[in-house]
Amino acid sequence: MAESDAPALRESGGTVYLSGHWTLAALTKAAPSLRNRLGAYAADTAWDLSGLASLDTYGAVTLWRAWGRALPASAQVPDEYKALFARLQMHVAAGASHRPPRDPLAWVIALGQGVQGIVSHIASFVTLVGQLVIELAYVLRTPRQIPWLEISANLHKAGVRAMPVAALVAFLIGIVLSYLFALQLKRFGGEAFIVDVLGIGIIRELGPVLVAVLVAGRSGSAMTAQLGTMRVTEEIDALATMGVPRHLRLVFPKVVALGIAMPLLVAWTCMIALAGGMLAAHYELGLDYQFFISNLPRVVPLPNLWIAIAKGVVFGMSIAIVACHYGLRVQPNTESLSGNTTRSVVTAITLVILLDALFALATRNIGLGRG
Amino acid sequence: MSAPLPVELTGLGTRFGPRWVLRGINLQVPRGALLALVGGSGSGKTTLLRQIVGLLTPTEGQVSLFGEPLQQGGREARAARRRRFGMLFQHGALFSALNVFDNVAFPLRELRTLREDEISDLVFTKLGMVEIDRDAAWRMPAELSGGMIKRIALARALALDPELLLLDEPTAGLDPDRSAAFVQLIRTLHEALNLTVVFVTHDLDTLAALANRIAVLSEGQIIATGTLDEVVNVDHPFIERFFRSERSLHAMRRGMGTN
Repeated sequence: MAESDAPALRESGGTVYLSGHWTLAALTKAAPSLRNRLGAYAADTAWDLSGLASLDTYGAVTLWRAWGRALPASAQVPDEYKALFARLQMHVAAGASHRPPRDPLAWVIALGQGVQGIVSHIASFVTLVGQLVIELAYVLRTPRQIPWLEISANLHKAGVRAMPVAALVAFLIGIVLSYLFALQLKRFGGEAFIVDVLGIGIIRELGPVLVAVLVAGRSGSAMTAQLGTMRVTEEIDALATMGVPRHLRLVFPKVVALGIAMPLLVAWTCMIALAGGMLAAHYELGLDYQFFISNLPRVVPLPNLWIAIAKGVVFGMSIAIVACHYGLRVQPNTESLSGNTTRSVVTAITLVILLDALFALATRNIGLGRG
Repeated sequence: MSAPLPVELTGLGTRFGPRWVLRGINLQVPRGALLALVGGSGSGKTTLLRQIVGLLTPTEGQVSLFGEPLQQGGREARAARRRRFGMLFQHGALFSALNVFDNVAFPLRELRTLREDEISDLVFTKLGMVEIDRDAAWRMPAELSGGMIKRIALARALALDPELLLLDEPTAGLDPDRSAAFVQLIRTLHEALNLTVVFVTHDLDTLAALANRIAVLSEGQIIATGTLDEVVNVDHPFIERFFRSERSLHAMRRGMGTN
């Protein structure tokens, strides 16, 4: 743009002559000083816009605001720009109201909505669980309707595909724990107890929780996002109109699949974590592999394994139900999808920790070798 | 100042994998035109539109906007070029996390030089131009009907006073009444704002009522350009099927009637 095209104004004999391009692109380069000069002229100044090279809505707004939100009667406005000011006058009436004022009782509404939200969450969660029980009763009576294909697909996605990452995490955690315990046990001369500590700790507690956190992040979020997207694209409605019950085809297989996959993953994770621990114990304490393996069944009573498996089943099904609950609540907009996916993962992990605490309470007299 | 062409395509070709979607496209859009890109489903018209705005990079050939190659210059120059056109997407593409006001204000705020009170004036002017009530400004896109979403998206496309407006299927998903009103709105804005409009459609009513120039796409090539009368008389099997069937002739007569 040539220098002469820049927006400019010049006063002579009580009239202000405007020239150049009064457009958004040109004005934003020159704006502050020009705006100040515009505002400095007296109310009875005459304005001549006939020298303008171009004027856009922003240019018009700038002038119009300087004129106190009205076109001065004395202004010389070429016909081509008159419509611009007419539009401003029409759509942005002087002193127009802006954002609606804040309601002083807004907090009451927010509180009420919060309570309603919690109630609706509980209601739809209970409905979902009830629906699943009904579907379970139904497929037990008509085994033909069991969605084997979906169950197996979910088993593969949530179970088999999770094995490498679970193994990696478990192996590293096993090594780290074993190393830390070994340092402490060495001080008391209780090197042999590393097997007890790792065995009980990993099988009973760490394995199930570790897998649950992994699966909630990995499969829970995927399930919520999948159901959510299917809701947004009306695929769930399409299923319903074809007479396919959505709970049976979409929720039930996920819950069953995670109920099966999780205990298996727990077993797998415990195995790898113990292997990692054994390796670290061997190098740190010089413990024989043979000793570790033969002592493990003796110091970790069998009930611990059952507790781990039971935790796996319960955690897996809880994660799947929570994921589906949030997935089915997704509204057709981007905010809702991301929000529900986040809530799904956070809720699933929190729920798993809570359930784990309940498990600890309920099984406090089982399998700890105290009789 | 001699005005360069708003849009000029030279030797444009696009390949998705081994398949050429567009090949050898040459097109000039003069200032003030209301150009329709017409074609059957899958003829590459939306692909062409997406290339004009730079969402897709052509495999060969060049897109020039306002006399400059689309990708020429640094970040600033390209951003400045982008601000000279506005695009209306088929489903509006309003940001669902923002309310109507903030959606229209978004491109203005992105400039980071305007004051909030100026933005407010500009937003209400644009909303008024597309005939949206100021009360609707505080609603969220999820609460709006399809027709309102399109008009608000149009206001957003016009927020920076562009010289060129691109519309993807402007009337798709609107009922005939709304569709006619929306076409009328675009015609009014075209006249009032000295816009150049390029739009994609396969709706003959819209085509007949809105376009003053037509480019027909078939099998990845432009087979005819000109006014509706010129295009209809071109001898090509696609044009035969698309324009000269009984239904089409009827639709076009209806569309012309609203002119």
